[in-house]
Amino acid sequence: MNNEAIKELLYKMADDQLILGHRNSEWTGMGPLLEEDIAFSSMAQDKIGQSHALYQLLHQLGEQEPDTVAFMRNAGQFHNCILVELPNGEYDFSLIRHFLYDTAEALRFEMLKQSSYKPLAELAVKIRAELRYHTLHANTWVKQLGSATEESIGRLQHSLEKALPYALGMFEPSPYEADLLSDRIFEGENALREKWMMHVEKVLSQTQLTLPDWKLIEPVYGGRVGQHSNHLQPLLDEMSEVFRIDPTAEW
Amino acid sequence: MPLTEKQILEWLDEVKDPEIPVLSLVDLGVITGISIPDSTTVSIEMTPTFVGCPALDMMKNDVIAVLKKKGVQQVNVEISFKKSWTSDKISEKGRKALKQFGLAPPPAGKVLLEDLDILEHVPCPRCNGTNTQLKNPFGPTLCRSIHYCNDCHEAFEQFKPV
Repeated sequence: MNNEAIKELLYKMADDQLILGHRNSEWTGMGPLLEEDIAFSSMAQDKIGQSHALYQLLHQLGEQEPDTVAFMRNAGQFHNCILVELPNGEYDFSLIRHFLYDTAEALRFEMLKQSSYKPLAELAVKIRAELRYHTLHANTWVKQLGSATEESIGRLQHSLEKALPYALGMFEPSPYEADLLSDRIFEGENALREKWMMHVEKVLSQTQLTLPDWKLIEPVYGGRVGQHSNHLQPLLDEMSEVFRIDPTAEW
Repeated sequence: MPLTEKQILEWLDEVKDPEIPVLSLVDLGVITGISIPDSTTVSIEMTPTFVGCPALDMMKNDVIAVLKKKGVQQVNVEISFKKSWTSDKISEKGRKALKQFGLAPPPAGKVLLEDLDILEHVPCPRCNGTNTQLKNPFGPTLCRSIHYCNDCHEAFEQFKPV
């Protein structure tokens, strides 16, 4: 089995979960409703925990300890898509991003349940089950606010149009697509994107939001190869501030 | 007396969920394997209820502490997802303990959580009525959701089905 291909896949998934987990945690104490404060904080905890489990798999493949990998790299060494590092903005943007990302993530782990790389297939069963709560949350609010008032629909529409090019960046092709497919590790980003589009269309068709023509949206790539927006490094500086004061401290 | 799996299970009944002190780890269903490679060593395989469960390290340390107190010289605990946890792993005894604690147990049996239905009318742990509504699929810990009983006029929590 191609270890380099597996590592590339694990890194991008783990980094996505860690960075979005951190962004979600920024809603702690700031949510528009107490319920949403709790929801985003819980999803943050889930995602950071899931990233830890994925970094643990990387560690078993010879990479450094999860804490070192999470806190000691700079932006250029992260493989998350740019979508997850964008600032939270207002609630409408965070909600739309959460919907677009978690729809993809749930499908990704559904596919990975069949992976020939057993440790990942086992973990995927567990993570997939937990993500049901995330997609349930996203779908409920997108359907409600996407059909509520002129303001809520307008805000979501605006955020949707802003987020979509970055959302397509989630599926930036990997240099190992052929290896992953032939080794039956993962069906690939293209297959995932096709499924994701269908799910997004299905949910949005139950709202008054309008999906632009996919063909007219230019994906924003770069995140998977370490080319990030200016928003990632400040996030990493904040996230790792305490760890870097004394990386050898015992907690 | 040689160590047996049955004996180890009895001892582990002393180790409780740090957040639900009436529920043992055995009844919670997170102990997924016990092996006794030699007369002085016990290896335990554990799995978390939720991947991000922050109580996992504490539970692991409690398992080691209790078995050492019982005289086991070497205790190894491995965290594994080979047999990942689902809410139907909670034993009947565990489900009763949850209810007495005031937490609605998850529905018995395998759960296919494709829509809101199974979360909508969770029986209230106080009055057993189903005139209840889901307030939030996320609660004070990763494994709990928040509900409201329209008859008792009080909120309650459920141990989430997963």
